[in-house]
Amino acid sequence: MSEHAHSNYVKIWGILVVLLVLSVLGPMVGIQWLTLLTAFGIAFVKAYLVIKNFMHMNLEPRFVWYIVGTALAFMGLFYAGVSPDVMAADGDNWEKPAFVAFLEPGYVDPHAGSDAAHH
Amino acid sequence: MRPIATTRSATGIPTGKLAVWWIIASEIVIFGGLLGSYLMFRLSHPHWAGYAAHTNTMAGAFNTFVLLTSSLFAVQAHAAAAAGNGKKAANLLLMTTAGGALFITVKAFEWTHEIKMGYTITSNTFWSFYYTAAGLHALHIIGGCVIMVIVSMTARRNEELHRVELIGLYWHFVDVIWIFLFPLLYIAK
Repeated sequence: MSEHAHSNYVKIWGILVVLLVLSVLGPMVGIQWLTLLTAFGIAFVKAYLVIKNFMHMNLEPRFVWYIVGTALAFMGLFYAGVSPDVMAADGDNWEKPAFVAFLEPGYVDPHAGSDAAHH
Repeated sequence: MRPIATTRSATGIPTGKLAVWWIIASEIVIFGGLLGSYLMFRLSHPHWAGYAAHTNTMAGAFNTFVLLTSSLFAVQAHAAAAAGNGKKAANLLLMTTAGGALFITVKAFEWTHEIKMGYTITSNTFWSFYYTAAGLHALHIIGGCVIMVIVSMTARRNEELHRVELIGLYWHFVDVIWIFLFPLLYIAK
């Protein structure tokens, strides 16, 4: 690899650090959609930059993509299969009182401003 | 003499590299299941934002910076190994290891503070996820550091230089996992 490649690595690292700073500053604005964008949107961009430029996955044979793609598909299958139950507020003979209350109009967080370690 | 089984003709990928990609794929399922479960619970337990408010964002951000920097050293070590410069690759791998050690040190201080405050793995489901996910990730960091020290010893003698790329792949993957853990545990409050 050439010196040019080295300088590119430093440049990518610089971009990653700037994105990290943005992801920390984002929530300070106090807008929820902006927090989600700067936290999770930027996480995907950072992961992409590392995978492409540091792991050089774009240079790997197709077989590697099949291996990784299969693992990600299983992860998606697990989430799709389990989340409808886990993320439901109630079901047959059970309910999550905190989540049911949260979905009610005019919800006020009972733990706001308190020490919530043991609830 | 040509070493035995260094390539797999069906895939065209060197055996060691193929093994690392298989490890990464299995790790995707392990961490994916854990983070996916956390996400489901987090989205259906809005009051967890109150628990997450007690995690130290600056410590998490500093550790993210440390891991990103160590990934830079790891890929530069790969470049040095590809150029046949084993000594430089070994030194860069040791710098990567130092990054891993710094990460664990910060995590140790962070956890000590949180446990002293009463937030332990048995406090509630949020803290169970927090210690399990961050702890499993920390174990991967420690394992990676041990392997990098071993690889650096052979690389310094200009032997088995392909291993520098293999441990680098693993290290970047551990970095990617942290990239997702950071917003989940430290930012979403």
